[in-house]
Amino acid sequence: MSSAHSVAAPGSERVVNTPDSSDDGSRGAGRRRGSSLARARRTPRWAIYVPLALYLVFTLVPFYWILLFAFRETGSTALFPWPLTFEHFGTVWNVAGFAVFFKNSVIIAMLTLVLTTVFALLGGYALARFEFRGKAAFMVMMLCTQFIPGAMMLIPLFDIFRAAGLINSLWSIVVADTVFHLPLSLILMMGFIRNIPIELEEASWIDGCGRFRGFLAVALPLLKPGIVAISSFAFIASWNNFLFALMFLNSQDQFTVPVGLSYMLGEYSVDFGALAAGGVVAVVPVVLVFAYVQKFLVQGLSAGAVKG
Amino acid sequence: MAVLEADAPPAGTGAPPVRRRRSSERWTPYALIAPTAALIAVFLIYPIGNVVYYSLFKYNVIKPWANGFVGLDNYRQMLADPLFWNSLAFTTKWVLVEVVLQLVFGVVLALLINESFIGRTLARSLVFSPWAVSGVLTTTIWLLIYNPTTGFARYLADFGIGEYGTSPLIAGNSAFWAAVVAELWRGVPFFAILILADLQSISGDLYEAAEVDGAGPVRKFWSITLPHLRNAIILTTLLRSIWEFNNVDLLYTLTGGGPGHATMTLPLYVARLAVDAKEFGYGSALTMSAFVILAAFSITYLWFSRMGREDKS
Repeated sequence: MSSAHSVAAPGSERVVNTPDSSDDGSRGAGRRRGSSLARARRTPRWAIYVPLALYLVFTLVPFYWILLFAFRETGSTALFPWPLTFEHFGTVWNVAGFAVFFKNSVIIAMLTLVLTTVFALLGGYALARFEFRGKAAFMVMMLCTQFIPGAMMLIPLFDIFRAAGLINSLWSIVVADTVFHLPLSLILMMGFIRNIPIELEEASWIDGCGRFRGFLAVALPLLKPGIVAISSFAFIASWNNFLFALMFLNSQDQFTVPVGLSYMLGEYSVDFGALAAGGVVAVVPVVLVFAYVQKFLVQGLSAGAVKG
Repeated sequence: MAVLEADAPPAGTGAPPVRRRRSSERWTPYALIAPTAALIAVFLIYPIGNVVYYSLFKYNVIKPWANGFVGLDNYRQMLADPLFWNSLAFTTKWVLVEVVLQLVFGVVLALLINESFIGRTLARSLVFSPWAVSGVLTTTIWLLIYNPTTGFARYLADFGIGEYGTSPLIAGNSAFWAAVVAELWRGVPFFAILILADLQSISGDLYEAAEVDGAGPVRKFWSITLPHLRNAIILTTLLRSIWEFNNVDLLYTLTGGGPGHATMTLPLYVARLAVDAKEFGYGSALTMSAFVILAAFSITYLWFSRMGREDKS
């Protein structure tokens, strides 16, 4: 885990690199610039900035475009959203029904997050800390589920939910989302738990804790980066899910944000300002979650997935 | 004796040693995996069985009067269905183009943001940002760009490039590339994130040793970076191929499989049969074909990648 911290710390490789070059100290603030070996090692700045800038244009212009339409007055063709208007947000929120869609999406994503994280913790702990008959078979089964396409399960799941009376209920989406995210979450969680030395928990047992209390007191705090990564994966995936919601929900008061957006896209005369505002509403929670977890993301993946 | 045996670790597993304190804990792991196992059994395994079963029936939710057992008729209909073959060809093209382009851009991008430079943390956040955007939202964004009245076309036409009132989504070939670009926009960060995570685990000593031996940047990339990334690349391309094969959200909303059926993938065809036509029997037969194709692809892919490794060592 410690090596992964360099992900978040932009200056850390300087620290890592200093011991190798004895001539560093002689030039003081000049650091490595000037030494012929160092110059060969350093990628020229333009070779980083130019392609990166081009790629950032490709990445950011589409975001700018949707913000432009969301904040620009109807009928304007200016390339800047000036004068700013919030009228489109009022339209999607109150007229197009996004207040309801947003609430539904939040309920579904939060329930999925909680269920996925709790089950992943339980199962991940079992796989990381126990040997038991059927463990290998269980793991193979989990990996195989990764190959099952969501679109292919629309028909049989529809039938099951219809028999269970869950069609047009938010629970159908919660269950379907949880089932699809759980296997990967569980395997990742297993990796995270394995990285925590079992001696820490054993010490707590000697102090009189049970397995459960020992886990809560000792391991859980150390698992925080992993839990954050896994639960936000689940949140984002559930928040973004479209097909299940499209298939299993059929009245407007149960729609989620992606379904609401897709209906706006399909209208005969699209109100582009409102559509863009709806898109911004859809992306805000994801951006907030993403901003919070993105440093855990690379860290979590390199610690859990690749090594585990 | 039996108790002792139960407490001994199973032979041959490379897993950590058993730490079992009480024999009462024998059932603990089963209790812990029970919720997951139950969910998977009921909502993944049982439904797959159902798909096999339904594929032998005429089963339409809207028109139930014609429902009934039809044997292999759905499969015969499938083999005679030109849309099935077209969608299969398009799916292949879609997956190939997307995965290759995402891999190339993803590796280059990961190498760039693995360098140390001023503003790297910000650049990483920005570069990764489309990763979490949904398919429907990607469509919303790119539709605004491709639409003749709201898109780039009219601004470009102002400068004399192209014509007013055109959209790449009107014609089949340009619609394909329009969808490819939109999907690249949100797909490249996935590769970049995973490749970057793997790049971080390469020891700097290797590069320094190579430099002492006089290796340039290209040589270092081919001799150190790429071999190290090998497993990550194999895994990510396989996962991404399956993911792009199954990717329905974007095409469903951006092109709907059109114009005509020019951008119809097999899963999109299934989704349209399920959502719009509620044609569950035929849809299940198509689903079965997709399962078989995916399984065959995955096995072949892993087999070939293992062969390559044996050649090397």
